[in-house]
Amino acid sequence: MSPVMRTRRDGTTKLARHRAVQPFAVVWLTLVWLALWGEVTPLLLVGGVLVAVLVCVVFPLPPIDLVSGARPLLLLAVLARFLVDVVRASVQVAAVVLRRRPVRNAVVAVDLESSSDFVLTLVAAMLSLIPGSVVVEARRSTHTLYLHVLDVEDAEAAEAFRRDALALEQRVLRALPPRPVEEDAT
Amino acid sequence: MSWTTVADVAAAVCLLLGSVLALLAAVGVLRMPDLLSRMHAATKPQVLGTVLVMAGVGLRLRDPGIVGLLMLVVLLQMAASVVSSHMIGRASFRAGQVRHDLLVVDELSEVREHDEPRGAP
Repeated sequence: MSPVMRTRRDGTTKLARHRAVQPFAVVWLTLVWLALWGEVTPLLLVGGVLVAVLVCVVFPLPPIDLVSGARPLLLLAVLARFLVDVVRASVQVAAVVLRRRPVRNAVVAVDLESSSDFVLTLVAAMLSLIPGSVVVEARRSTHTLYLHVLDVEDAEAAEAFRRDALALEQRVLRALPPRPVEEDAT
Repeated sequence: MSWTTVADVAAAVCLLLGSVLALLAAVGVLRMPDLLSRMHAATKPQVLGTVLVMAGVGLRLRDPGIVGLLMLVVLLQMAASVVSSHMIGRASFRAGQVRHDLLVVDELSEVREHDEPRGAP
């Protein structure tokens, strides 16, 4: 989370500031700028790009270890499934809130298969919004997520949840296949 | 029945459903037994409620300029609720504010005994 990537994991040191202006970030920040103004004019567009570049230079972030190439259809499928899950999660939590029986929970460790930080973050964020889980701890070294799961009856149900979480990771990995090159020292 | 009437009815339904979900989230925060369960109530119905209210506002205003802003609200709400629920949950677990009697399985306490130093990534 450090803003300037001075020391990298393989020991080389370099200022990351000049690499901080990433095209994707600039496009995204420009879109945010336009959304805030609520209209698109040439002046706003130019201003937005300038502000985006300025933000990228002032608050440099390490580049995301991006995937080798997204598969749009599978990505859409992941997104659609995710939206369905968000609705299911809300209904489920609402039902738990309203019933009288006390709720039983579990803390489950999920060892992710992928070693990419990007996938770890994405899966953690998605798991937080879908049925019954809040990320309690994330361990980057082993790529383990510890999830608090709401409304778990027994160890069997906890196991089922672990399978669901790993299935979600598999769907994400299929939609965003990771780069085939080796991950240096991570 | 014109197009605008349909949109208005849809907007009303969205606003009502969203408000009900936000209410349920509030009830959940009150009724749940411990902090981690409360975080569930405070995040999920709350996020969907926000999404529905924003959809309702968009359908009622029918102004293309506002749609981008509403989508931004939804996106930031999703990002913020994920991060805040994680940070609060993590802090409470590390501080020992957990009702272990409510947990069927607890795989985190087992590893925390011989743990990495605090603050390790």
